Amino acid sequence: MRKIKEFIIEKLILICGIASIFFVVLIFLFLLKEGLSVFNIVSPFNFLFGKSWYPISEPPQLGILPLILGSLLVTLGAAIISIPIGVGCAVYIAEVAPGKIKEILKAGIELLAAIPSVVLGFIGMVTLVPLVKNIFHLPTGLTALSGSIMLAFMAMPTIVSIAEDALYSIPKTYKEGALALGATHWQTIWRVMLPAASSGILAAIMLGIGRVIGETMAVMMITGNAAVIPQSILAPVRTLTATIAAEMGEAVVGSEHYFALFAVGIVLFFISFIINVTADLFLHKKQ
Amino acid sequence: MVIFDIKNLNIWFDSTQALKNVTMQVLPHEILSIIGPSNSGKTTFLRILNRLNDLNARFKMNGDVWFNGQDIKKVDVELLRRKVGMVFALPLPLPLSIFDNVAYGMKMAGVNSRKRLAQVVENALKQAYLWEEVKDRLGESAFKLSGGQQQRLCIARTLAVEPDVILFDEPCSGLDPISTAKVEDAMVKLKEKYTIVLVTNNVKQAARVGDRTAFFLSGELIELDKTEKIFTVPQDKRTDGYIRGKFG
Repeated sequence: MRKIKEFIIEKLILICGIASIFFVVLIFLFLLKEGLSVFNIVSPFNFLFGKSWYPISEPPQLGILPLILGSLLVTLGAAIISIPIGVGCAVYIAEVAPGKIKEILKAGIELLAAIPSVVLGFIGMVTLVPLVKNIFHLPTGLTALSGSIMLAFMAMPTIVSIAEDALYSIPKTYKEGALALGATHWQTIWRVMLPAASSGILAAIMLGIGRVIGETMAVMMITGNAAVIPQSILAPVRTLTATIAAEMGEAVVGSEHYFALFAVGIVLFFISFIINVTADLFLHKKQ
Repeated sequence: MVIFDIKNLNIWFDSTQALKNVTMQVLPHEILSIIGPSNSGKTTFLRILNRLNDLNARFKMNGDVWFNGQDIKKVDVELLRRKVGMVFALPLPLPLSIFDNVAYGMKMAGVNSRKRLAQVVENALKQAYLWEEVKDRLGESAFKLSGGQQQRLCIARTLAVEPDVILFDEPCSGLDPISTAKVEDAMVKLKEKYTIVLVTNNVKQAARVGDRTAFFLSGELIELDKTEKIFTVPQDKRTDGYIRGKFG
């Protein structure tokens, strides 16, 4: 009797395990099947490096270079803002902050992570966008810069919490060893703790960037959504994610436009995949 | 002349008293061994001398500790730690090369001349009896060394900043007998130039290398005298019991 029970439970767990992989594979196959058909109409090279995205003109022009550059620009901007602040914040929390402030900051970071992205986008739209417009005297504040700033807020909780974990997991002995040699607190942090935690911190950065690349709602609301190659960080851009979200609803099923949007999904999938694998490599290097 | 002059020292961690009214002196060019069972306050005492207890937020002290005639609470803490080096129980190389591990303290102190650093590193490694074993692979990671070599590397690292005093916190607890003998040899040679305070759980080690031996029990200094006296005619019967292995 016990053996039968054991058997059933084992098989149930097995099914759960297989199911999760099965669904992932299914999604991936569906994405490939729908997306790859676009290459009957346009070559992979022209798709990735074509400069114009006019999916509903006749004949449709399906070049996603402006979208890729839009995503990269916004991500780069967000990374430049969020990495120094995020890592600095992690160092402060892990090493410098006295007990109470540490608790308050950690709670604040968790709260930041809990804000839905559409709310952040909305707040950005009514506060940040007019500010950017006025500061730089632009015709519109819906720019890549606004998107970068908003996305930096979204990447920050990931970066801070994972980088902080990495700093905590350094053996206490490193710190004492350095201090016992007469190093100052800051020298210890800069020359010993940060290098020792570097793989964990890099993983934190990669995961933060991964979150930024995949983010849709907030960027759609505040980057202006102009599918042209951006000339500067103060120009409106459109990202890969925003394109899918904005256009999928109106694309006719089975049309070139429809397939092209799936192909955009494949591109996004690969970018995220590469980032996650890189982050994973860094995390495993640590162990 | 006295290196450390400790008067009526009391230490607490929160409300637990770790040291009770300790008064003692550390004399120049001696090896002062500190023995006692675990939780007797030996390591806490040692970490007073380079103010490493300051890192603990629950730490409180009263009483006086004078180092070379200066109150340690008033001297610059980085300078104090350079003058009072420490070798820990577990060898803890920094995640750097062998050379950089030894040069680390000097670099922190602002020495950048390559020639000077190379000289200091060689000297320190020689004094720690490690030079011959590593001179051809100074660029390798310090983690590639064996446990005994790592511990001597840590001694070299401490010597490189040219301290007056070296604190050893159970330096041989993780080492095999042969490595232990090498570290002990190094200590005996080092006392010609430095003053050494050695905390050890190994009573025999104290007998082998110590000039004077202090016995701590539950935060109190029970007895402090010449090593031969402590090990032959101890004044307190608790000391006698401990060194004979009756408790501990």
